[in-house]
Amino acid sequence: MNAPEKPRHKQRFDTIGKPRRRVDGRSKVTGQTRFADDIVLPRMLHCKLLRSPHPHAVIESIDAAKARAHPGVHLVLTGRDFPITFGILPVSQDEYPLAPERVRYVGDPLAAVIAKDEQTATEALDLIEVRYRPLATIASSEEALATPEPRIHDYGEQGNIHRLQAFEFGDVEQALAESEHVFEDLFFYEGNTHLPIEQHAAVAQVDGEGKLTLWSSTQVPHYIHRALARALRLPAAHVRVIACQNGGGFGGKCDLHNHEIVVSKAALLLGRPVKICLTREEVFYMHRGRHPVLMKMRTGVTKDGKLTGMHLQTLLDGGGYGSYGTASTFYTGALQTVTYELPRYKFDACRTFTNKPPCGPKRGHGTPQPRFGQEVQLDKIAEKLGIDPAELRLKQIAKPDSLTANWLKIGSIGLEECIRQVVARSGWKDKHGKLGAGRGVGIACGSYLCGAGLPIYWNKMPQSGVQLLIDRSGQVTAFCGSTEIGQGSDDVLAAIVAEVLGIDAFDVRVVTGDTGLTPVDLGSYSSRVTVMSGNAAIQAAERARALIVEGAAEQLGVLPERVALARGRAFLAEDPSRGMSFAEAVVFAEAKFGTLGTVGSYSPPRSPARFKGGGVGPSPAYSYSACVIEVEVDPATGWITVHKVWIAHDIGQAINPVLARGQVEGSVYMALGEALMEEQVFRRLPPKLSGALVHKIPSMLEYKSLTSLDMPEVDTILVEDPDPNCPFGAKEVGQGPLLPVMPAVANAIWDAVGVRIDELPITPDKVLRALEKKAKGEVARVGPEHFPAVPYPEPMIVLPPWEGGDGNELKTAHGKLARKARAAA
Amino acid sequence: MSAAPERVHMTLKVNGEDQPVSFAPYKTLLEVLREDLNLTGTKHGCELGECGACAVLVDGEPLLACLELAVECEGRGIETVEGLANGAELHPLQAAFADLGGAQCGYCTPGILMTAKALLEKEPHPSRERIREAISGNLCRCTGYQQIYESIEEAAQRMREGA
Repeated sequence: MNAPEKPRHKQRFDTIGKPRRRVDGRSKVTGQTRFADDIVLPRMLHCKLLRSPHPHAVIESIDAAKARAHPGVHLVLTGRDFPITFGILPVSQDEYPLAPERVRYVGDPLAAVIAKDEQTATEALDLIEVRYRPLATIASSEEALATPEPRIHDYGEQGNIHRLQAFEFGDVEQALAESEHVFEDLFFYEGNTHLPIEQHAAVAQVDGEGKLTLWSSTQVPHYIHRALARALRLPAAHVRVIACQNGGGFGGKCDLHNHEIVVSKAALLLGRPVKICLTREEVFYMHRGRHPVLMKMRTGVTKDGKLTGMHLQTLLDGGGYGSYGTASTFYTGALQTVTYELPRYKFDACRTFTNKPPCGPKRGHGTPQPRFGQEVQLDKIAEKLGIDPAELRLKQIAKPDSLTANWLKIGSIGLEECIRQVVARSGWKDKHGKLGAGRGVGIACGSYLCGAGLPIYWNKMPQSGVQLLIDRSGQVTAFCGSTEIGQGSDDVLAAIVAEVLGIDAFDVRVVTGDTGLTPVDLGSYSSRVTVMSGNAAIQAAERARALIVEGAAEQLGVLPERVALARGRAFLAEDPSRGMSFAEAVVFAEAKFGTLGTVGSYSPPRSPARFKGGGVGPSPAYSYSACVIEVEVDPATGWITVHKVWIAHDIGQAINPVLARGQVEGSVYMALGEALMEEQVFRRLPPKLSGALVHKIPSMLEYKSLTSLDMPEVDTILVEDPDPNCPFGAKEVGQGPLLPVMPAVANAIWDAVGVRIDELPITPDKVLRALEKKAKGEVARVGPEHFPAVPYPEPMIVLPPWEGGDGNELKTAHGKLARKARAAA
Repeated sequence: MSAAPERVHMTLKVNGEDQPVSFAPYKTLLEVLREDLNLTGTKHGCELGECGACAVLVDGEPLLACLELAVECEGRGIETVEGLANGAELHPLQAAFADLGGAQCGYCTPGILMTAKALLEKEPHPSRERIREAISGNLCRCTGYQQIYESIEEAAQRMREGA
């Protein structure tokens, strides 16, 4: 079954919406939560990887004889041990577990040592002799466009372009030509990394029957299960992947990583458990974080500031491999239509390969970059037209239960309430433009997916499954492939089952993230878990409830419709004194029906988008956020102090408000890092030192992130506008609240000192430079100055719903695709 | 480096118990706690003294276990997260962190709990500013710190009331 059974709408919830200790909270505060590196197994060996010191080179030879002979070394693996490629997306199978012929970024692994301990393995790495022939290195998207040879990969669009995409939803040029104003802006968003405090770790073991188990810090055990079986050419039924609780993920643990394959192979060859834990420097080089994106945004507006059309062009620096990059490329444009009414929209995107660590998904995946651009541009529009920036936004919020120009189906929208809340609580009207020199406020909004509509590999099966085991003791166990990365997915699962069955959340045992035990859930990414596993949990729990109620009803001699489950009891709704404990009801149900177990499944609704590429962007629901930030800027130093953040998030319904608030504040924190200091940047060593492109700051000390002393006070408001597609109306909260923060900072700096910083991060040196330009009477702006020529293709033409479109690519009167007809003309 | 160095034998006093242990002398306190005493509650995020995840108390003072050689800890009182609860009863800091969202992924939590314990033992009624200063060496990527401050303040209040 696809659609969830309609939840019964109670007048009051017993568990949902109540602040509670999370069900896994005690383990976390006693140090008992078991992370991957906490696993110790008898006879366990340790693995270290040899990583390339060159950003781009041919491997001419590897001599590992001395390493193999080193005392305590059990195995040395190289590229020849891994003949087949892998990659997390079916369209980007471009990585080798260990590079056999070519390395593509500093840090690309090419050999592995498995030894009795880490110390010995590290010693042996130094004994491996590698001869490299360095190749020309590409450091940026612009260099990639200008340097088609040597190609970093022999697949992709052309030269060093990995992906090109172009879509047009209505005639944007016409819309802009007919607009009273057209705003054209360039923005740049520097890459940054996840920096989870837990370094990636994995342990592989071959069990007594010869089957492989991998424990790993991964957000996506199901995808790892599939990809690992393929990479090792093992039957998937003989591979079990257990996602340990992650010590933070943020998107950085969503790929199948080289080290996971290497330790698995080593365990299979040696018949002993093998562990790896990456160093912090290795985590920086493995990356898969935020893509650096250059953007050009041309937007038409009416004289009262309403959007008429937008042409967005993006250029992504993808790094050395595909990773999730194809999806990231789509996401730099797909959600640009969800926040405000946008009648026409054109979107061109290009992802390049460069010789840097691969980029991938980080919190917000592809969306923060264009969101930053649009929200800063809206501030410029408001300024130019003399409209209050909050009012400008309020007058054009997307409509609930509507379709967007690019055929996304929006459900509930609590954005108006979010804006009104942050405007009122921040005192916006008394502050904007009125705080005096050096101090200012900025506002911005955002919207985000509640789960990607499609899985990363095509199939028609559910995207989340929940299985319930109801034991005759009254114990309820919920099995689900969902993965706890700190966000509280175990708590959500327990709370939903508890609510439906009328028991306490602590009385639900949860077993999650284990491909050997739990039904598939696609994993903790795209803010999908609450909605998808939650809907599956409701279905499974409703089915269990029906059995238990029937058992109790028979015993009570009443119709099942009259039996209620609440507070750990089954009782007659009109006479609660007539009833029994939940456990007794379970016994009667088991006597009547046999062993009790139920399942629930969830698949998102089908998207009305029918065009190729329309699969990225659809979601069961969208969350909304609005944010006001107050800053102070020191004109002498450019130093930015964030005084306070007011943020309202439309969550639909909070399952556990304590955790929901934590997600909002954590998003604000991470977003302030991206706005002010975090950057994954590289520098070239001088030629005599190899000329390599190395990470400028691969340490936690130098990769600046906010400490407790930098973090401002946050006023969090949860707006609850329940969405009918979501479990008890609950939408996502893990990623959306990040989106408005970066542009709100930029807009506040404008309000404070009258300079525009159109690139992130906004560091004091950029503010000073803009202030100097302002003092000289130049344009008081720091940001990208030009957008290179990108060979974007003719766009696929899809008419918006209100222009007679049907969700398909437009065909001309002659039946040809309009795109091809235009290209031919 | 030459062949494996000799091991040293000593008794470490961990959470009030004498623990005889033998280990290679280059090992840090962090490594000995996790690898030789199986006390994996203490975490690591950098092993370079940058993140604070490995903070433990030595003679009551917060100390980064990744920067301290275990051989230097003989005879000193070492406290880790495993020793924080009183039997089954959580320390007020633990209870408050669990109740108020002070722990999300839980990875930085042991280090912050130990740092906060040292603070509250010296200052039973710290201001928000003092709390911010005290934990400024402990990075947390999940919470944005606000619920951590609130947890510490709540624990301080419970401890004052309980005292």
